[in-house]
Amino acid sequence: MTLRQLLRKVFLIDFLEGFAITGPYTFKKVYTEQYPKVPAKVPPRFHGAPRLNVDPETGKTLCIACDLCAQACPIGLIEVQRERNAETKRWELKGYTYNAARCMFCNLCAEACPTNALELSQTFEYAVYDMKELYWDKAALEKGPTVVRFTK
Amino acid sequence: MGPQHPATHGVLRLKLVLDGEKVLDCEAVIGYLHRGIEKVVESQDYQQIPPHMDRIDYTAAVSNVLGYVEAVEKLMGVTVPPRAQYLRTLMTELNRLASHLIWLGTHALDIGAMTVFLYAFREREEILKVFEACFGARLTTHAFRIGGLAEDIPPGVLDKVREFTDYFPKRVAEYEQLLTGNRIWMNRTIGVGCISAEDAISFGLTGPSLRGSGVRWDMRRAKPYAAYADMDFEIPIGKNGDTFDRYLVRMEEMRQSNRIIRQALDRLPDGPVRAKVPKVIKPPAGEIYHAIEAPKGVLGYYIVSDGSSKPHRLRVRPPSYFNLAAIKKMIVGSLVADVVAVIGTLDIVLGEIDR
Ligand code: SF4
Ligand code: SF4
Repeated sequence: MTLRQLLRKVFLIDFLEGFAITGPYTFKKVYTEQYPKVPAKVPPRFHGAPRLNVDPETGKTLCIACDLCAQACPIGLIEVQRERNAETKRWELKGYTYNAARCMFCNLCAEACPTNALELSQTFEYAVYDMKELYWDKAALEKGPTVVRFTK
Repeated sequence: MGPQHPATHGVLRLKLVLDGEKVLDCEAVIGYLHRGIEKVVESQDYQQIPPHMDRIDYTAAVSNVLGYVEAVEKLMGVTVPPRAQYLRTLMTELNRLASHLIWLGTHALDIGAMTVFLYAFREREEILKVFEACFGARLTTHAFRIGGLAEDIPPGVLDKVREFTDYFPKRVAEYEQLLTGNRIWMNRTIGVGCISAEDAISFGLTGPSLRGSGVRWDMRRAKPYAAYADMDFEIPIGKNGDTFDRYLVRMEEMRQSNRIIRQALDRLPDGPVRAKVPKVIKPPAGEIYHAIEAPKGVLGYYIVSDGSSKPHRLRVRPPSYFNLAAIKKMIVGSLVADVVAVIGTLDIVLGEIDR
């Protein structure tokens, strides 16, 4: 052991060096986010709760029942119930279910949607007590989940 | 020890034969996290597989997806536009930082340095915010698509990344000041878990675990992928192959990653971020092996295609699996307390080992 190493050891230099880093943090701004008290902001691209968009003017759904989202999903959790209209020969949406409990938020479904009807929104606070409540139908998807805010 | 143990970084079980405090024998029992990903993806379309690849090594999701999409692109002969290549490089290096920061934090925590854990996770948080803004998710990002990126990154993010690269080297210096000269840290790591270069090679160790033993082998240099051929960086190596050397190698790697990110930012070309690929991806029949340097080592993908829209077989060569194989060599003869240090230094992720 050299003299320098001995002096370092006796005067606890390595510990003092450590304190030189940690000490000043006492006076610095706190980095931690106070999440439930202060709502968290997520960026616009965030993949959260799914939403079926409606036409803002007519209030009608944008979904054309093309079934592309259901085919794009790796898990196959989307179910589009549809029927072909005998007169217009177009698909008509009869029902839409989305099992949000199994979704992994990969955004493939929304990317496949040709009309931007399906979108993963910025809402992420939709924990429920019963898994059945995460089977969302068309009405629930259009309305979006109810966010219950944290209160003391 | 395990499978439920805070220091095994997941669900790893170690059968240890002890004589007092001394380890006489060790056997790793794995498989607790087996999800059958390799089998699951055989029933999925090629473009549906990346979200599953995210979940192999969940601390480095971006790297995993990069390896997979590049393998498929190689099989199909798709050329990815340069902007996408650069963005991929940038994001993968950010992911390497995030993964190394988790390693640093948990490894230090195992050995008894609590502060570093908090600091490392603070920096990691900034990286995850970048991922969230670009890809919409923090951990399982689903970052890349076959042919490039899903969409260009939003404005403002690059400035954030630049700001991050400005202060990050200072933060690494802080970690080093807290650990490198610290006598507890040195006593707990120097000479612990030694492995010689020959052994490391014969066990198939890759990544920092191999470089810590003094073997200069890095896929980014050996077989450049993405935009690494244009990047200027060094490959740090250790001397003794002990825990302390591997620690130094990873710290230096973080600085080098920071350099690569800086270069990618400075040279980022304009242009499209996605090549033209068909809606339904059907690579020609054949097989391909493509390997990249994930944060933990060489991550390889072997794909057998039968010409349909689903792979016939997809095999992943996970770095952690091979790195874990060396654990017996590294800990027999040392003390129980060192087992924790060795598990930490191998930087294993059980999701990757069991798949
Ligand atoms: S986000 Fe992914 S997993 Fe969820 S429904 Fe869409 S495609 Fe399926
Ligand atoms: S892809 Fe869009 S338009 Fe087609 S069924 Fe799904 S939500 Fe409706």
